[in-house]
Amino acid sequence: MNDAFQVHSDPELWEELGMDVARFSGMPPMLTNAYKNIFLSQHNRPEKMSYFDDMVANIHTGRIREIYDAKKGGKPVIGTFCVYVPEELVVAAGGICIGLCGGAQGSIADAEKILPRNICPMVKSAFGFKVGKICPYFQVVDLVYGETTCDAKKKTWELLDRYVPTHVMEIPQMKRERDKWLWLDEVKDFKAAVERITDTVADFDAVADGIKTINAKRFALQRLNALRHHNPSPISGRDMLLIEQIAFYDEPVRFAQKVHELCDELEQRIGNGVSVAPTSTPRVMVSGTPMALPNWKLHFIIESAGAIVVNEESCIGTRYYKDLIDESSADLEQQLERLTERYMKIDCSCFTPNDDRIAQVLKEYEASGAEGIIDYCLQFCHTYNIEAVKLREACEARGIPFMSIETDYAPDDVGQLQTRVEAFLEQIRG
Amino acid sequence: MQVGIDLGSRTIKTVALKGGAVLQRRVVESGFEPHRQALQLLGDHPRARVVATGYGRHLMQQHADLDIITEIKAHALGARHLFPHCRTVLDVGGQDSKVIQLSENGRIVSFQMNDKCAAGTGRFLEMMALSLGYDLKQFGLAAAEAQASTAINSMCAVFAESEVVSLKNRGVPPGEIARSVHLAVASRLAAMVQKTCESHHLVFTGGVANNKTLVAMLEKALGVPILVPEDPSIVGALGAALHAGCS
Ligand code: SF4
Ligand code: SF4
Repeated sequence: MNDAFQVHSDPELWEELGMDVARFSGMPPMLTNAYKNIFLSQHNRPEKMSYFDDMVANIHTGRIREIYDAKKGGKPVIGTFCVYVPEELVVAAGGICIGLCGGAQGSIADAEKILPRNICPMVKSAFGFKVGKICPYFQVVDLVYGETTCDAKKKTWELLDRYVPTHVMEIPQMKRERDKWLWLDEVKDFKAAVERITDTVADFDAVADGIKTINAKRFALQRLNALRHHNPSPISGRDMLLIEQIAFYDEPVRFAQKVHELCDELEQRIGNGVSVAPTSTPRVMVSGTPMALPNWKLHFIIESAGAIVVNEESCIGTRYYKDLIDESSADLEQQLERLTERYMKIDCSCFTPNDDRIAQVLKEYEASGAEGIIDYCLQFCHTYNIEAVKLREACEARGIPFMSIETDYAPDDVGQLQTRVEAFLEQIRG
Repeated sequence: MQVGIDLGSRTIKTVALKGGAVLQRRVVESGFEPHRQALQLLGDHPRARVVATGYGRHLMQQHADLDIITEIKAHALGARHLFPHCRTVLDVGGQDSKVIQLSENGRIVSFQMNDKCAAGTGRFLEMMALSLGYDLKQFGLAAAEAQASTAINSMCAVFAESEVVSLKNRGVPPGEIARSVHLAVASRLAAMVQKTCESHHLVFTGGVANNKTLVAMLEKALGVPILVPEDPSIVGALGAALHAGCS
């Protein structure tokens, strides 16, 4: 497996999508190496990971081809940057929803030709992908739906609109009753915008279908995360993170099925006492800002230092799947209200106050059997950075080992992070 | 016998212990191939149990059969050995500075390390001394003797250097600039300590602790006396040697 693995290339397809093929050609070999090094070098991985390995091998080819064909067959593609944008409604209207967050250092220089340097690397990476024409997903979308969560994002959308049609939905920053009504209106606007481009009207049945499909995907991830919490762990943290990342670009029905197949295998593993690390391995939970593909930096450092990551309290993690939408609505209006209620439960640090998140982190800490929390903050993300103060206080009050780190995608601080992570593990071990 | 070796960014330190007493300690420049230097130093003690720490610890592990611990644990062990009541360790080395908080029985409760920026490290002080034409010793003395100072506002080593240059061009005497740089570093380190913990029985380790002017300013900023080991630069190596005894 290890030697045969390769991230595939398809210059013809890329050409058709208007990419900078010459530049992009270097990407698949780089990703191949990184993937072999970080993922395929692990021992005793679950066999059903092979589907997700394939998803990586086909990330720039097979899956793009699939999306592109569907698009030509009349399914518009909508790109998003936030788990607050309701993908249920895209599915209901017969479109495809793709997460476009950027997790690569390679596109940052492209972005910095235009954007200021001192903003979040996730925003820069995504913007750079579009400007440099070096992301097939960005090239295949019909429109992008941004939001007003943080300053870096909402102001970048104004510039992104020059390269790809970019709509923006207003996300409230508080959770009062009137904020909920504002948000419901935004949801309705979103539905209309999606319907305009898919040229359909999503009725009650269609919306019910969309909700069911995405609920099923989130439920599969919930099941996987619960199994993953078992000690000794049947699956590594980096494999779980990878699956959480793939959730944002795979076809939802197939994805849910494959996650359940993996869950079945993990149940067997647990029954047979098969694990990826002994019970004595320090268990670390990660909280904070999302890690978009191919950002595996922190997980790799933690697991290389001899610990295992047992939970991601993150948007590419539990914030994406912890809540489902009530499926028992009687009419369309009620469906949209229940959808809105579900989304209002997302505890992103862009909200104030946001004490629900502190409670949620503590709850996940208990559930995952973690022995310490590493809070991960992307550089220049002010909301998560400031919220770390409260998180630290909450952890210290309960004697939970806690460390917050602020970093970006550049490799220059890996040595220092290794030291800090190792020292944190020494602290846990006592 | 137990040997601790600390592979830092500028120097390599070893401490050899026998029956709890320090038998030998050495400090050499890291050079371009630190692991060769280190292996040579270890050649003096062929049968010792060895623990490595510092930036080069992983590199050492590839070349020799030994255990490793982080600088944080090493400094905590070393400081606690020298000062059994120690609850806070401030270590300022060549490339980073850290604050470690210990529980009553010496366990690490929390720690903090400087972020990507170099201000408040040994390297920073060296750069500033160099740009003023001092060696490190003169730098500290000049700072102590100066009567006045100006605020250095920049938190970044690169910008601080350009601030220093513009002060020079304004005709500010070098001693005064030296004093200003020391005060800026002291207040930065004090803030780092205060953010991590209440400082009682604070032990200051690492080569920078040899700078008496800085120690005095830090004491004033924190309002507590600071304990400085006789040879602050070998505390990490000492901690590693002590760990070799319990592994
Ligand atoms: S962290 Fe906040 S802004 Fe970012 S994806 Fe999550 S909910 Fe959206
Ligand atoms: S991590 Fe923070 S700064 Fe970056 S996009 Fe998300 S909310 Fe904005």
